[in-house]
Amino acid sequence: MIPISYYLILSAIVFLTGVVGVLIRRNIIAILLSVELMLNATNINFVAFSDHLQDLGGQVFVFFALTVAAAEVAVGLAIIIALHRSRSTINVEEFNLLKW
Amino acid sequence: MSQLFFGYFAGMIVITSILVVALRNPVYSALSLLVMFFHVAGLFITLHAEFLAAVQIIVYAGAILVLYLFVVMILNVTQDDRYHSQWRIAGVVCIPLFIESLLLLSGGAGAVNTGSRSLQSGPYDAIPTDNTLAIGKTLFSTYLFPFEVASLVLLVAMIGAIVLAKKDIGQRET
Repeated sequence: MIPISYYLILSAIVFLTGVVGVLIRRNIIAILLSVELMLNATNINFVAFSDHLQDLGGQVFVFFALTVAAAEVAVGLAIIIALHRSRSTINVEEFNLLKW
Repeated sequence: MSQLFFGYFAGMIVITSILVVALRNPVYSALSLLVMFFHVAGLFITLHAEFLAAVQIIVYAGAILVLYLFVVMILNVTQDDRYHSQWRIAGVVCIPLFIESLLLLSGGAGAVNTGSRSLQSGPYDAIPTDNTLAIGKTLFSTYLFPFEVASLVLLVAMIGAIVLAKKDIGQRET
């Protein structure tokens, strides 16, 4: 039997990797991939606690998180395509329309 | 035996998630994310969540990642020459958080175990052997309203993606 803290450590490592990826990558697609990493880290946490507490609610919430992830990917990639059409780049440092 | 499986899956998840961030070519990043999704699905199986493992492979690896690869191929992205200059901020944010979480979890492991024992001593509904049946019953009884809201989220995402990626709308105004 694996203690729950191992799953928490694994999830924390994956989540922090995602945060580092969002902060250091310049490619906007790689930034979205890092967001997927963070969502998967929370899913690992949900399922680990669902098994630990013997409660199915965690698994149902992973289902909803998956739905939101699919919606996020669809809208995010559409925004990327629109951006690439207007600026013909996907480097985040070129997008400074809203900067002051 | 279960510790062996957990060690393998956890090691592969950590290695491939670091590769997602570290590799410069987005196609290689997406492919290592694919390997990570498969290992997360394996971890779900060891946690008695077989339905979610199947859904993880079908939706994440089958739909979301293919969408990413399509966009990478359409946009014809060149790889990054170097990382963003924010990497110092990333280090400052993440290294203390990482050390802190490791310290908290290693120090609090005993407390977590005693808490679980007190929780499991009480009466609870055990997860039945038929995972899909149990999830379906929970989803359509307790979580029926969030389920309907999820369908609304998907509808909004579908309309939003069509409107955003459609070529005519932006060009008609200019």
